[in-house]
Amino acid sequence: MTTEPWVIVRNAQLPISVRIDRRVPPVLAGVTLATLTLMVINIGVGEYPIAPLDVVKTVLRLPADNADYHFVVNVLRLPRMLVAASVGLALGVAGAIMQGITRNPLAEPGIIGISAGASLAAVTFIVVVRSASAGVVSLAAFIGAALAALLIYLLAWRKGDSPIRLVLVGIGLGSVASALTTLMMTFGDIYDVQRAMIWLTGSVYGRSWAEFWALMPWVTIFAPVALLLARDLNVFNLGEEVAGGLGSRVALKRGLLLLTVVALAGASVAAAGAIGFVGLIAPHLARRLVGPLHEGLLPVAGVLGAFIVVAADLAGRTLLAPIELPCGLMTAAIGAPFFLYLLIQAHRR
Amino acid sequence: MTTTAFSHSASAPVARAQKGRSTALLLAGIPIGLTLLVLTMLCSIAFGAADISPHVVVDAIFAFNPENTHHLIVHTLRIPRAAVAVMVGASLAVAGAIMQGITRNPLADPGILGIQTGAALGVVVAVYFFNIGSLTLYALFAFTGAALTAATVYALGSLGRGGPTPFKLTIAGAALTALLSSLTTLLLLFDQTTLEEVRFWMAGSVAGRDLSLLFQAMPYLTAGLVIALALGRQITTISLGEDVARGLGQNIAWVKGLSAIAVVLLAGGAVAVAGPIGFIGLVIPHAVRTIVGVDYRWVLPYAALTGAIFLLGADIAARMVLHPTELPVGVMTALIGGPFFIYLVRWRVKR
Repeated sequence: MTTEPWVIVRNAQLPISVRIDRRVPPVLAGVTLATLTLMVINIGVGEYPIAPLDVVKTVLRLPADNADYHFVVNVLRLPRMLVAASVGLALGVAGAIMQGITRNPLAEPGIIGISAGASLAAVTFIVVVRSASAGVVSLAAFIGAALAALLIYLLAWRKGDSPIRLVLVGIGLGSVASALTTLMMTFGDIYDVQRAMIWLTGSVYGRSWAEFWALMPWVTIFAPVALLLARDLNVFNLGEEVAGGLGSRVALKRGLLLLTVVALAGASVAAAGAIGFVGLIAPHLARRLVGPLHEGLLPVAGVLGAFIVVAADLAGRTLLAPIELPCGLMTAAIGAPFFLYLLIQAHRR
Repeated sequence: MTTTAFSHSASAPVARAQKGRSTALLLAGIPIGLTLLVLTMLCSIAFGAADISPHVVVDAIFAFNPENTHHLIVHTLRIPRAAVAVMVGASLAVAGAIMQGITRNPLADPGILGIQTGAALGVVVAVYFFNIGSLTLYALFAFTGAALTAATVYALGSLGRGGPTPFKLTIAGAALTALLSSLTTLLLLFDQTTLEEVRFWMAGSVAGRDLSLLFQAMPYLTAGLVIALALGRQITTISLGEDVARGLGQNIAWVKGLSAIAVVLLAGGAVAVAGPIGFIGLVIPHAVRTIVGVDYRWVLPYAALTGAIFLLGADIAARMVLHPTELPVGVMTALIGGPFFIYLVRWRVKR
């Protein structure tokens, strides 16, 4: 029996047809289910443990056995969990786009200065201004990320854009920004420096509905935009000349894709600090699971990103409880060995 | 997708802009570079908290008078510092050039093998667990950390079919680097004293290094440089593509292994002496390739010269900018090199 290696999704009314790898629907469903389960477990775990079933009931506003549940779940833990999942989703998709545009396996949103710009702005407000509130730091981080990306794009523009110039200018500007950050970390007050370090590591500690609603619009608008541009990413993979020859308006599409990366990664860095590794690893894992076509790769990378951040947060909360480790620390601490394991497994076969 | 990832060779855009220079010109550049290096060294020795005029510097070197304070400063502080900057700068640049040549990735630098992260973790472990506070012992822990990490990355990247392919190496390196730096952050978040102790070291500096520290690292650095310069031809061939190199009858596994050893000796030795100084390993090779082309027999010596001059210059700037406060030179390298690099990219990378 031979089956087609892909599925074609068509809609009779809308002029949309998408061809996705056959593996995508089951993988997407599986990872989504795993992420949701992990979120429920994560909400239940803590100083005030709540059974998973009660968590689900409380979130769905069904009558629960205990009146405290509503406060603990819906006010304290649910928003934090939603921030974690959205941040992971945004970073996963943004990372997949960056790797698609640059065709470099080391690419991640940081390449266009997102984390360097955001870090510089945030650390300035934490270490130099000192009295800034969390909201101000978050806004500064978003603006810093956007400005850095814009500056890199403009500096890399010379009679047209070019991925390789973008990557290299990104390195140049990124290292200037991180040098200034290091300077502040070296000479700043040690308490502020430690606070800044937690921010630089990335954490969803204490995130509330305010942070979630600030992050939400960016993800709901730009994740679908990324999907609409998936086909162009596939064409880019064939190379610059081929893409142009196939009629793709390369510079325009690439600009739109970069804008999407800035929106997604910038919003997530503003919400949770500079969580690393997710944007790098999620696309690689996704590619291993569903192959290189971006129609399937982008959503799977997104959901995997969410899974990783939620899992990292769970580990950070439980591993050394009651001490809480920032989840940005755990994304690498758990993700890296797992990633290496996969690398070894794949090459054993 | 990932198989095509390396089709952007580190040198391809440059190669297109640059048809190569004549051998005579390249040969003539070496003594010019050496002269520049000596001049920069003299400047580095002359400038500082106490201004010392050039002829006093020359006197201090050729007619040393132990009674003279300026002569003492030159001998105990300035000369060691300049010598450290020269060796560290040259080593980092050569190590970076090798990495970019072998992996054919413009983002590659010694950091990919986890050298700097491993060294940082080594020093943080030294301070956190053993309460160590001397630069000499830092160097020991840093080098051990760097070498262990690089060996692990290389081993992990070599597993499976095809041996240590650039793709597997970079990915294994990225993963292990992320893991180790999160461990470093963990220790630093737990213990403020350690953070206070190591943060200046972690910014990278050549201040306060004496000659004995340099001599300790010297054998590693020299061996690394010798291996690197001897491999120039082979690295050029590999940088054209592994199939090409194999087709030309090259033993790729050997070249890669030796290159990795050279990188560990060079970058590991450098980080042990001066802490993690970034940017040189990444940017100097790019800059050098735009000038001398893609032949690593020339790229490597020029990278050594340029790296040394650049780090000396950055160190002078680090001392002068906020005089009398000294900035860590690791910060300065990026602040000077970054804008220059961007200019270079805009000017040279046509595609």
